[in-house]
Amino acid sequence: MNSNLQAAVRHSLPGPEDIIRQGLPNGIVILSRANFNSQSIHISGLLPAGALFDVDEKLGLADFTASALMRGTSRRDFQQIYDTLESNGASLGFGCGTHTTSFSGKALVEDLDTLLDLLAEVLRQATFPDEQVERLRAQLLTALAMRAQNTGDMAGLAFDEIVYAAHPYSRPDDGYVETITAIQQSDLAAFHKKCYGPRGALIAVVGGIDPTAAVEKVARALGDWKNPEQLAPPSLPPLKPLEQVSTRRVTIPGKSQADLVIGAAGPPRRSPDFLPVVLGNNVLGQFGMMGRIGESVRERSGLAYYASSSLGGGPGPGSWDISAGVDPENVSQAVDLIFQEITRFVNEPISAEELKDTQDSYIGRLPLTLESNAGVAGALLYLERYQLGLDYYQNYAHMVKAITANDILEAAQRYLEPGRLAIAIAGPPQGPSAGLP
Amino acid sequence: MDVQNIPGSRINRVNNSVIKLEFSNGLLVLLKEIHTAPLISHWLWYRVGSRDEIPGNTGASHWVEHMQFKGTPQFPAGVLDKAIAREGGFWNAFTYLDWTTYLETMPANKIDLALRLEADRMQNSNFSPEEVDLERTVIISERQGSENEPLFRLGEEVQAAAFRVHNYHHQVIGDLPDLESMDRATLFDHYRTYYAPNNAVLAVAGDFNSEQMMAHLRQLYEPISAGVLPPRYARSEPLQRGQRQVTVEGPGETIYIQAAYHAPSASHPDFFAMLVVDSLLSGPSSLNVFSGGISNKTSRLYRALVENEVAVSVSGGLQATIDPFLHSISIIVHPQSIPEKAIATLDDEIQRLQDQAPDRQEVERAVKQARALFAYGNERITNQAFWMGFSEMIANYEWFENYLERLAAITPQDVQRAAQTYLRPQNRTLGVYLSTGDGEERP
Repeated sequence: MNSNLQAAVRHSLPGPEDIIRQGLPNGIVILSRANFNSQSIHISGLLPAGALFDVDEKLGLADFTASALMRGTSRRDFQQIYDTLESNGASLGFGCGTHTTSFSGKALVEDLDTLLDLLAEVLRQATFPDEQVERLRAQLLTALAMRAQNTGDMAGLAFDEIVYAAHPYSRPDDGYVETITAIQQSDLAAFHKKCYGPRGALIAVVGGIDPTAAVEKVARALGDWKNPEQLAPPSLPPLKPLEQVSTRRVTIPGKSQADLVIGAAGPPRRSPDFLPVVLGNNVLGQFGMMGRIGESVRERSGLAYYASSSLGGGPGPGSWDISAGVDPENVSQAVDLIFQEITRFVNEPISAEELKDTQDSYIGRLPLTLESNAGVAGALLYLERYQLGLDYYQNYAHMVKAITANDILEAAQRYLEPGRLAIAIAGPPQGPSAGLP
Repeated sequence: MDVQNIPGSRINRVNNSVIKLEFSNGLLVLLKEIHTAPLISHWLWYRVGSRDEIPGNTGASHWVEHMQFKGTPQFPAGVLDKAIAREGGFWNAFTYLDWTTYLETMPANKIDLALRLEADRMQNSNFSPEEVDLERTVIISERQGSENEPLFRLGEEVQAAAFRVHNYHHQVIGDLPDLESMDRATLFDHYRTYYAPNNAVLAVAGDFNSEQMMAHLRQLYEPISAGVLPPRYARSEPLQRGQRQVTVEGPGETIYIQAAYHAPSASHPDFFAMLVVDSLLSGPSSLNVFSGGISNKTSRLYRALVENEVAVSVSGGLQATIDPFLHSISIIVHPQSIPEKAIATLDDEIQRLQDQAPDRQEVERAVKQARALFAYGNERITNQAFWMGFSEMIANYEWFENYLERLAAITPQDVQRAAQTYLRPQNRTLGVYLSTGDGEERP
């Protein structure tokens, strides 16, 4: 890359000179960056109100609450809320994970005030009308029935149950049929009252608006939000590592393909191991046509349409896993190939060429990742959530280049031990997978 | 850039932002300079898709697309993926009814790699017999993954029932017996027949100088000779004279419905009225594969079906195609309801639109929604290049340029008339996926 272009790319990355960051007295942190080439704006945000708060008997409550927020407020009913959005071609939606409830929305620049007013209203004045709660419950139960038929989802659930036994990460954030059935309207209202509040909330606004003006608009909409009852999120218990290879099979009759997931718990985002593991994971199961795993399972053996690895990261020990969709007859062969690649990966350092490839790809992809308003808003939230510093992206190339093949090997050895991995398989009741460990 | 001075080229049109011209070998090139990010998106489109296949070679277009990633003498298999990833680029390919497309979005100073490899694989892909065999099982695996989804199984049966004559009747991925039996010669012939400059459109958008880009493209592509193209299959689907019904049984507890109506082609005058019909009934949707839509909770069908607890979700879609394809509406039935009730509710809502033209405000609202979806999509250079090539596949670039204007010209009466014309039961294929509950497939 010539020096002029390098400077241009660096300049196009978000940094302290063009990100406005404002903490409000009530605890909300707002971040904004302009994109005057865009006629629209994107907002993303999160609250520390995730499924960690859920008791086992009402697992899915945080998720149910997030889904029900836009079903009615003290000022507007369900149809009025969505009419406000959809009449303007705007959108706003909430989702829930283990640690956070998140939201994202978009609108034409001219409708930013409308979007922020609605966001503030549903966050603070949601009423959870009975009729809407029951309607939503039926939708959630249908989603769970569909989940039970999805081989990928069911393999993922079984995997989490093995890797995170007795840990909150073993539980699906969207609950089970019996727990969703057990949740009352009053549970939703109580969860909202105790877990939603400004403390720990992050909001990013990116698009065709001056960032100072955007921050002022958010402050106007949410600056006076207070909730003295807001609970601090529960802390994570320690995770007990697996002591041996552990396998679980889920039988789903009538399916054409089996899904499998193999792996273990990976490093949290703030761990010094995280960046080496990110670069290593790219070599293992992402780079090019799904890295070494793709090369072995798909390209050389023709066993799967997809076979790749992924890394969770996050506040806790998110998973580091390899997943593939294969013919039920080929499950055993695919598992063997994946184990071979994991074993090689944790016994030999990656080659100098592989190291350079993974470093270059991570540095080179930044402009593309940060092209859209949504991409930049997500990046700003990420910086703030993990306290990476506003100059993180501008220093990124330097950090990535400092990582060595040995750093990757040593980090990988701490997480992917071939004798202590989980294997989860979901598919039709057939095939030689019965011979697996 | 003064495109008038380019020798040997037929200039079709130049406007303030888009340059469009045809090389002497028939390759159509569209360029759009955008200097908002140091990126370039490059799409090469071929006028070949599943409509160009007949029984025996269904799935050939998609399989050829896979083989295009298996290397040429100059860029051996595996080298391409790594080269693109190394530079921080993104590449992919898609095969659909009417077209196949290959895209690379790269840092601006690295785009040369994409330009060279696309020009190379237009003519020089290896199609080694070993790679063909390995890819056979990969594609069968891709199909098996789709078959795991009830809506794929239902959609495949509905589409096959809706098209008795036209080649739109089979899925892009192809029928299993053809995937099991198709040989290397058939695939290679498909490739050699359709991968020619006079059957392709090149669309490039991003951070470049048009004059330099055009000169470079000319250098890469002009040496490639035009091919002899067969006429495209054009077996028109005869008028449907009565509702067709299909049932698919499978595991699970959930019941799905798909209602598919023969719809106008992208270039038909009624297409834009049908876009508004679709938006009113089931919410606005983007025709762009990379641009998400918005929610549809105020749409007529959501209110009638979901708010009344007959369904848990409803979605609709109109495809922009060369020949008339389908406007389809998909419904997931409420666990406490039955498919008959959902179908009756659907019919009532369609009848309402046929009986009474919508308010002007409702139509204007659909236009604003479309404008917003365009604004979201245009943030990405990749999307802007997409539209240039896509519009040439199904009509021409002017079709895209006039999209919002034509949508804005639609009147409530146009919407009512389109609903009366296309949403008749006699023009519909109705599919229901019934759950067997226990997961066992009936013999």
